[in-house]
Formats: sequence, C-alpha cells, structure tokens
Amino acid sequence: MVTNITNLSRSGLYDWMLQRLTAIVLGAYSVILLGYLVMNPGLQFSQWAELFDDTWMRIFTLLALISILAHAWVGMWTISTDYFNDRAFGSKSVLIRFPVQIVCFIALFSYVIWGVQILWGL
Amino acid sequence: MKVSVYRYNPETDKKPYMMDFDVAIPEGKDLMVLDVLNLLKEQDPTLTYRRSCREGVCGSDGLSIGGTNGLACITPLSDAVRGNKLVIRPLPGLPVIRDLVVDMSLFYKQYEKIKPYLINETPAPAIERLQSPEDREKLDGLYECILCACCSTACPSFWWNPDKFVGPSGLLQAYRFLADSRDTATEERLAELDDPFSVFRCRGIMNCVNVCPKGLNPTRAIGHIRQMLFKSAT
Repeated sequence: MVTNITNLSRSGLYDWMLQRLTAIVLGAYSVILLGYLVMNPGLQFSQWAELFDDTWMRIFTLLALISILAHAWVGMWTISTDYFNDRAFGSKSVLIRFPVQIVCFIALFSYVIWGVQILWGL
Repeated sequence: MKVSVYRYNPETDKKPYMMDFDVAIPEGKDLMVLDVLNLLKEQDPTLTYRRSCREGVCGSDGLSIGGTNGLACITPLSDAVRGNKLVIRPLPGLPVIRDLVVDMSLFYKQYEKIKPYLINETPAPAIERLQSPEDREKLDGLYECILCACCSTACPSFWWNPDKFVGPSGLLQAYRFLADSRDTATEERLAELDDPFSVFRCRGIMNCVNVCPKGLNPTRAIGHIRQMLFKSAT
C-alpha cells in the first residue's frame, strides 16, 4: 500500500466516494440556484437577500461551501501529486508540491469562512 | 514507403533522434509492422527491438506505432500507415535502453505488487481445487492478458506515477485474482489497494481499452475493484 499524509482521508476509497457525493450536492445546488435565477427575471437585491434569509438556504449553501472545500481539495491534491512529483521536478519536488497544497488549502478554507460571513452577515 | 524510426544508443548518442528509411513493400501484400522492422534490420543491423513469437502471444514487441500503442507482429501496415509514412517509437513513459527497447522494471514491479498468484491457506484437496463452470467464466477477459504493457504505457496516470499507480495491466490482473473462487486472500488484496494511488489514480479515460491488442477491458476490471472496495467498506 502507498502511504500518504496530505490527502483528505488517507483512503483512496473514502476520497473517491466523498468527491462523488460532494459533486451531487454541488450539482443540485447549481441547478436550484440557476432555476431560481431563470424563474425570477429582473431580480432585486431584496428578493435575493430574502432567499438567503431562509434557514434551509443557509444550510444548503453552507453544505455547498463545505462540499467545494472537500471536492476541490481532493482534486487539487490529486493534480499536485500528478504534476509536481519527482518525475517532473526531481527529488526536491516536495518543495514545490507542499507549498502548492498549502496555498490551495488556505484558499479553499478562506472561501468557506468568507461564505459563512456573507451568509450570516457577520 | 517511408519509415521513421526512433533511434537512441546511450553509448554513442547524446540525444534520441528519428531516422528515416525507405522500404520497398511487396505489391499486394499487407505486411505486419514487425515484418517491416525485419526489413529495416536487413538495411541497418544495429536497429534494436524486442520480438519473439511474432503472433501476438508473447507480448514482446509492444511499440508506439503511428502514435498508438500496439503489438508490431499483429498490426498490419494498412492500420498503421498515415500519409504514406510509418512512424515507430518505443512504448511511451518508460526509460529507453536502446532504440525501441524500453526498461520494463517499473511495469513488472507493479505486477509483482498485486501478488499475481493464487493464495489459499486451506488444506489442498487430494487432486485439485475444483471450480464450477460459472466461476471459471468470471475469469474470461482477465486471464488473457499477455503483459505487453501497451495499456499501462498509454495511461497518463501511469506516466505521472509509475511507482505508485498499479496501472491498467496490473489492476486487470489484480481483479483476475480477486474474482477467482479458489483465492481466499480477498480482504488482504483489497486492503493493499485502498490507498489514493494504487487503484484510485485511474480517471477512466480508457486509453487502455483503446490500445489493448487482446481486446481486454482494464477499465471495467478497475470498476469491479472499486465496487468490491466499496462493498467491503460500507
């Protein structure tokens, strides 16, 4: 077995399953939001704010934000280990790969916190 | 006909290069690519390539032919020639030893990793471990693999991580033993595959299925392994 400490769960199966489940959440969220925009032409800010005042919408949006965090982390981690590895950059590839992973994580984590601030008007 | 062949001799060449040959192809015959290589060898005896059975059984002459991996001995010119030119390169992604011969150590290492033999700790019966025709049928499409490496060397995931990703060929074999009713090490085999690289680097792009000279489907086998992992873990 190949060991890793930087991927989401250390299990390929868990990462794989989580990426698919989060894809369903993100797909459903996108369709619902797009549907709302199509059904409400000439949308005003008050309507938009009202939508996000509903608890269910806040829960769904938070779920979507956390899904983006998990989904994109699995994807970006995979990309970083595909393209920034010893084969491409030699034995010191970790000096590129690890910072890239940290930047990705900080960016994704920031999106979640930022999203929470916007949703709850903090 | 023009034939362009990848040449590299590490003892004399600084870099690999493509060498052009002119070959007279007998009229009305659809030669195999291996026949053409043999004609080239008559012109230049230093040209190096692997071959053995010359009938698609041994898997020695896997090459990149016109940009697609295949066995030289069973690939006819009519399938391989584009624009009246035949381009032959070694299998991509593996270190070149000389000309068209590649170092397959990593490929074999991955094959070794999946323990390609029956594991059964129960006492052996007097004659043989019987298998029902239905159980035997489950091995069809799996046991036929000849380890030519055409599939694994067509797979980008194997190019990026040949030391960690088992690759389509190894995974087809892994499923061949997971599916075998006589094997009792299913749990141990699955546990060895449940990391983020061994199986899950497969993106399902199916290059392996496109190039397999035996018409096998490693992507389907990988899907079965994922299902088995999922069932055992949920």
